[in-house]
Amino acid sequence: MRHGRYRFLAGAMIPPLLLYGVFVLSPYAQAFYLAFTDWNGLSGQANLVGLENFGKLWSDPLFLAALRHNGLMLLVVPLVTIGLALFFAAMLGTGEKRRAASAYRIVYFFPQLLSVAIIAVLWQFVYTPNSGLLNGLLSGIGLPGLRRSWLAEPDLAIWAVMATMIWAAVGFYVVLFSAAMESIPADVLEAALLDGAGRMTTFRRITLPLVWDSVQVAWIYLGVAALDGFALVQIMTVGPGGPDNSTEVMGLSLYRNAFTYGKFGYASAMGVALFFLTLTLAVLLLRVSRRERVELS
Amino acid sequence: MGVAGVAGAALAGCVTGGDDGDTGTKGDKSATNPLGVPVDAPLEVVIFKGGYGDDYAKQAGSLYTQKYPKAAIDHKGIQRVGDVLQPRFVADTPPDVVDNSGAGRLDLATLVASKKLKDLGELLDSPSVDDPSKKVRDTLLPGVVEDGTFDGSVQVLNFSSVLWGVWYSKSLFAKNGWTFPTTWEEMLTLGDTIKKTGVAPWTWQGKYPEYMNDPLQSLAAKAGGMDLVKAIDNLEPGAWQSAPMLAAAEAIHQLVVRGHIMTGSEALSHTEAQNAWCKGQAAFIPCGSWLEGEQQAVTPAGFDMVMAAVPALTGSDKLANGAVQGASSESFLVPAKAKNPQGGLEYLRLLFSKQVARGFAESAKALPVVIGATDGLTLSSGLSSVAAAAKAAGPNVFTYRFRTWYAPLSKAFDDATGELLTNRVNPAQWAERIQKAADSVAKDSSIVKHKR
Repeated sequence: MRHGRYRFLAGAMIPPLLLYGVFVLSPYAQAFYLAFTDWNGLSGQANLVGLENFGKLWSDPLFLAALRHNGLMLLVVPLVTIGLALFFAAMLGTGEKRRAASAYRIVYFFPQLLSVAIIAVLWQFVYTPNSGLLNGLLSGIGLPGLRRSWLAEPDLAIWAVMATMIWAAVGFYVVLFSAAMESIPADVLEAALLDGAGRMTTFRRITLPLVWDSVQVAWIYLGVAALDGFALVQIMTVGPGGPDNSTEVMGLSLYRNAFTYGKFGYASAMGVALFFLTLTLAVLLLRVSRRERVELS
Repeated sequence: MGVAGVAGAALAGCVTGGDDGDTGTKGDKSATNPLGVPVDAPLEVVIFKGGYGDDYAKQAGSLYTQKYPKAAIDHKGIQRVGDVLQPRFVADTPPDVVDNSGAGRLDLATLVASKKLKDLGELLDSPSVDDPSKKVRDTLLPGVVEDGTFDGSVQVLNFSSVLWGVWYSKSLFAKNGWTFPTTWEEMLTLGDTIKKTGVAPWTWQGKYPEYMNDPLQSLAAKAGGMDLVKAIDNLEPGAWQSAPMLAAAEAIHQLVVRGHIMTGSEALSHTEAQNAWCKGQAAFIPCGSWLEGEQQAVTPAGFDMVMAAVPALTGSDKLANGAVQGASSESFLVPAKAKNPQGGLEYLRLLFSKQVARGFAESAKALPVVIGATDGLTLSSGLSSVAAAAKAAGPNVFTYRFRTWYAPLSKAFDDATGELLTNRVNPAQWAERIQKAADSVAKDSSIVKHKR
């Protein structure tokens, strides 16, 4: 009987693992090889060029600009998203009206149901200068002086993209943190209240430590997302990647080099660099955010 | 690492040296079969089915079947030609004919550099369908063969003729008593007049700055003549900072300085800007001759859009007044490793016949490159203005090749123009930036260079 069960399990696991190996892992492995070649995407030939592609990366002004922009996103997006999500989740969790809270949670979750492409198109309409929602709103509240071409000004465009990114992500983390907060035993919170702790203190000393695991996970997910941003930039921004390359991200550089310039070898080198950046980031974040585990006994 | 990275890597599974044997079989040549098509060999045709549809390509296919009833034709009308065909080009199992056009097409310069395309000389020297005493090459508009030539070998033939100019509504101009200017100075004066009526003189597709590069490089070509065009294409040092180029940038920059451009244009996508123009919010918009077809659904009745050649830069231009930027598009090619290459050439010979070209003009609302194909057809207002501009220009049709040859230079050009049109750089800084990009392309030994 035992035997049969393992055989069944193996039989069920092998096909999906095989598919994953062929269609996900092997392309990754090939990209590592291609990064050391001059393959142009069409030729049957790929000559090894050693580390040349990686050397070019550090003198490519567009890639360096992309690196800077992804770095800025890495600082801003996770911090703001997690801050907002914790705030909303805490606000939802403290209400007496459970039903209202779950209605809010559903509404917050809506953006998660839309594909990134649709979100990008919708926000492009929000930002469009003459008939856009945002400029219309500014005129409506008597601030027509603040109207801008949001996606066409180098100083604003990247922030406009980040705002969209944050809007799209917050809902998911609100739900995640709410769920984590619900699992905090009520008597712990009550005890704190009896001891005279205010809302802020309760949040800092009890709620946050008890949901820290979720925050850690959120940080890594958002960090990885901030290193991407390709779809939003590709669809929303001038150029795309502009104005004047002010919204260039690594994914876009990679895509352009591969599919517009036919430099698949060089683009693969970017992919490999991005892979190691992401990996390093994840390890660092886990290290930095590690703290004493709080045990609930 | 993103989807793009995985997709790129997935294609690499077969990057191994292929064998370089000559593929394809030949049949016997005769007067009715000048290219020696094997009469029973199947033919696979892959067509980009975009704004022009693919009815015209199907028509060429049915002519082929009439001639060779034993040959089965496999016609595929698709989008994103590059995504579909890239693995097949890598593996050297391509179709027999490809229309490599539209978004996501394969990069032509890379195809050429990888020697994936068949030389079309044999087709060009074969007798044409309509008049066997004429070679195919003599039935095509001037510039078509040159557009498809890479280092002395013709590797693609474009089916549609595109002219670039400035568009306006004839009825709006008649109502206000405005006439299209003949020099840029007059354009600026007219702009001042138009502005007083509350209509913006210009709008443009600012999200994709290349749209304004066409009038800019047209002005430069008019002022500096073909010498300048060739200097730019040949990456000659200082070409972007030469007097005609600077004067052209200055001319376009004047639109910004004088406030002739509709507010917010720099952030509008092509559809947003073109729709604003169709609503009468702006008088002029730069675009290629596809504009009328693209705007069919939203153009108000009685709008009567027409295209005019970009005005002369000064009274002392090198090129005659009425010279227009023209190029052909919709690139047809026969892969070097096609199974039935002679069939592919024969299919193209039939495609470039008057009958098919005429059908194309009717169904796609665009000009085919076959001489005399639209004679006697009733053309819509936009298309007839394009035909008239082509006629007026005569031999003075110019085109730049650097966009096809050096994609990174195009990007630098587009970025700089976006900045020029928002007044964040001045013409001198604009030229300096692009010159720097051109010099770095010239220096980069990994980029295959072309000369004209």
